[in-house]
Amino acid sequence: MRALMVLLGLYLVVTLAVPLGIMLAKSLQGPGGAFVGAANYIQYFSTPALFQSVGNSLWVSLVSTVITVPLAFVYAYALTRSCMPWRGFFKSVALAPILVPSLLPGIGLVYLFGNQGLLKELLFGHRIYGPIGIVMAEVFFTLPHALLIMVTALSLADARLYEAAIALRATRPRMFWSVTVPGARYGLISATFVVFTMVITDFGAPKVVGGQYNVLATDVYKQVIGQQNFGMGAVVSVILLVPAAFAFAIDHVARRRQVALLSARAVPYAPRPHRGFDLIMLGCSAVIGSYLVAILAVSQYAALVKFFPYDLSFTLAHYDFDRKGGGGWLSYGNSIEMALWTAGAGTAIIFVGAYLVEKGRGFAAARAVLQFLAMMPMAVPGLVLGLAYIFFFNDPGNPLRGLYRTMAILVINTIVHFYTVAHLTALTALKQIDPEFETVSASLKQPVYRTFARVTVPVSLPTILDISIYLFVNAMTTVSAVVFLYGPRTELASVSVLNMDDTGEIASAAAMAMMIFYTNVGARTLHAGLAHWLERRTQGWRRS
Amino acid sequence: MCFLGPSGCGKTTLLRAIAGLDIQTSGRIEQAGRDISALPPTRRDFGIVFQSYALFPNLTAAQNVAYGLQNARKHRTEVARRVRELLDMVGLGGHGDKYPAQLSGGQQQRVALARALATSPGLLLLDEPLSALDAKVRVYLRQEIRQLQRRLGVTTIMVTHDQEEALTMADRIVVMNQGAIEQVGTPIQIYREPASPFVADFIGVMNFVTGTVSGAHTVRLGQLELNCQTDGMAPGTAVTLAIRPEDIVVEEAGRDEDNVFEARVDGLVFLGSFFRADLVGDVLAASRLRADLPVELVRRRAIGEGQPLTVGLPTGRIRVYPAAPIHP
Repeated sequence: MRALMVLLGLYLVVTLAVPLGIMLAKSLQGPGGAFVGAANYIQYFSTPALFQSVGNSLWVSLVSTVITVPLAFVYAYALTRSCMPWRGFFKSVALAPILVPSLLPGIGLVYLFGNQGLLKELLFGHRIYGPIGIVMAEVFFTLPHALLIMVTALSLADARLYEAAIALRATRPRMFWSVTVPGARYGLISATFVVFTMVITDFGAPKVVGGQYNVLATDVYKQVIGQQNFGMGAVVSVILLVPAAFAFAIDHVARRRQVALLSARAVPYAPRPHRGFDLIMLGCSAVIGSYLVAILAVSQYAALVKFFPYDLSFTLAHYDFDRKGGGGWLSYGNSIEMALWTAGAGTAIIFVGAYLVEKGRGFAAARAVLQFLAMMPMAVPGLVLGLAYIFFFNDPGNPLRGLYRTMAILVINTIVHFYTVAHLTALTALKQIDPEFETVSASLKQPVYRTFARVTVPVSLPTILDISIYLFVNAMTTVSAVVFLYGPRTELASVSVLNMDDTGEIASAAAMAMMIFYTNVGARTLHAGLAHWLERRTQGWRRS
Repeated sequence: MCFLGPSGCGKTTLLRAIAGLDIQTSGRIEQAGRDISALPPTRRDFGIVFQSYALFPNLTAAQNVAYGLQNARKHRTEVARRVRELLDMVGLGGHGDKYPAQLSGGQQQRVALARALATSPGLLLLDEPLSALDAKVRVYLRQEIRQLQRRLGVTTIMVTHDQEEALTMADRIVVMNQGAIEQVGTPIQIYREPASPFVADFIGVMNFVTGTVSGAHTVRLGQLELNCQTDGMAPGTAVTLAIRPEDIVVEEAGRDEDNVFEARVDGLVFLGSFFRADLVGDVLAASRLRADLPVELVRRRAIGEGQPLTVGLPTGRIRVYPAAPIHP
């Protein structure tokens, strides 16, 4: 067990801590590799063209957050506190954006509001390319994440608080402000910081609809890919790391408090039908849902017609990816291969890691280090991680250099990129398992691995499935980290979307993005089927 | 053997040290003359039942019991036979195919017991095995476990905070407090001759009053001079006297009691099989004594609140401790 802990610790050090450390060091080095102290930073802050991005990034992140969080709150309120019809359907719609790369909303918006867009007039002469487009795309991209947090927060309500409020003759608005909002406040805080972090670190939306409006994430990309200025790329990355790490820390505290609010004796709140209110909620959800569906629908529609919006005759020509400048159909196959590897190997590594942290005995220092390393990826934006990987794995002195631009490095990088959420999910499930199982096994002279295989894994199987689907979906959609790491034979579908959009093949980019969407829908359906089958098979011993 | 004490007194820690789950910082643990202090749990000889039972939820009762047998290079039919034997032994013969969630708390408890006994360990450790059960099931299982343990003759250590459980089940009780052992003895010794005020107070109900040693075998309490064992304490020493409520006797015609004095009933509570009377008296000064009076006596003498009584404190039942009282 100790050997495994050391092994896993080394794995995370090599794939996470060391690359990040090297990146920090590079930001302090000149082009020749000599130590120049803060010179790069001074240059950065004294170049208005670069420094301006900090303000731009903060501005679009702020605006997106201010719009997304209230929308998510209303939508979540409709799902959890009203009796409006089709709640299941509305929930699925709102979660759809999770299944597409963050490049897709930009593409959809270009079709809707671009120079030839259907709804161009709605912008009253403003151009979609710029902060408006970025914010609109980010609302689409971050809404499901904020929604999931809000739904959880609003589901935790204690019905007795409302009964007490009614008994004290509180009006409905007073009840809302004195019971509902305080109960959901940590959810609101958490959602705010999650959305802010996602926007400030997102690279897909500003890349597609940002136009000349520079933000930190696109700057990293431009410095590295466009100008090959790795030192300055590292500087921007470090600057990007600051708000992300800060937001992560606050979110972490907020989540802890939310758990503490939950008392075991709380009576769950069940909404009662209320015609007028339910209709209002249905209306709000329909408006928000339509926006999400419109972006997906127009992307798919444009991918199937000759030249949107002028020639609307049907064609499959945009699916001829091999002639469109991206990685072709090969990239789609690569994505699936990468996602399967990530889901398989990633789930195994992360679950064993969480098991060692939670159930390991003794060696407390090692377990604390493991836990810290496991939490770190959450605070590291994908672009930063990708750049750190270039510095580390492309170093001529590194024996692991052979991995650069291979499938293996894409898988390793993606596992680390999405490590934290999966780790926390596994940890939650493991905490619910009786801590004495290992002890009983020891008294029965059974080795640890036998209990792990015969009891821990079977009991945690639903969670293991959840982790693997989470990794699969994210591996399919991720762009930010892998965009620095792919090679000619290992281009991914999501990267292909980016490259085709870059070369003006927007319809093909939309087609590929929608291919990713359908693949993820398929994977999710398969996952739901498996989970259902598992539940039926194990209903004998699982308490419902 | 029972470890008894309030929560946090270290009894579970001691049990876990014996099992090798938590390593002691100092001292040695020996089993059958062998020093096992440094051995990991897998190389010690014991079976254990936890408060939560820790039954594997995804395995049936039979699979749970078989868990420890399967790597001992035994033939499958032999394992199956042994599992059947164990389940029959704990009275769950027909329940082998059920999952833990389908069994009642008491049944789960017995499966856990069968699993712990499967490998025929030389030592059985029970960590609060009955505390998660209903009161009635608990009383029934007390006897079951006791009988099973007698029949198998396996040395058993049970941790409990329930004094009744300890008194009814144990051959010997170890009373612990704040990490230290207060007394080791049979249930009757522990109850009749508690070695310290802590033990006296923790087990059963006890009256504590303060007094002063006044002679070779006498202690002054208020205006009373009580005859009792003073263990050679010097006159003038402040002492705590302890006597159980059921040992206080009401004087009746034709009986000659020790340490007789006049008291008055200040309160009377009906507790089912007896009445508990709160006694005060001029001779007691500020002290009060609780006395358990038989229902029959209360009825016959029509004892009520405010009634004067002549009571006696039998010399042999008074314990004298050289310490400050726990209860004022």
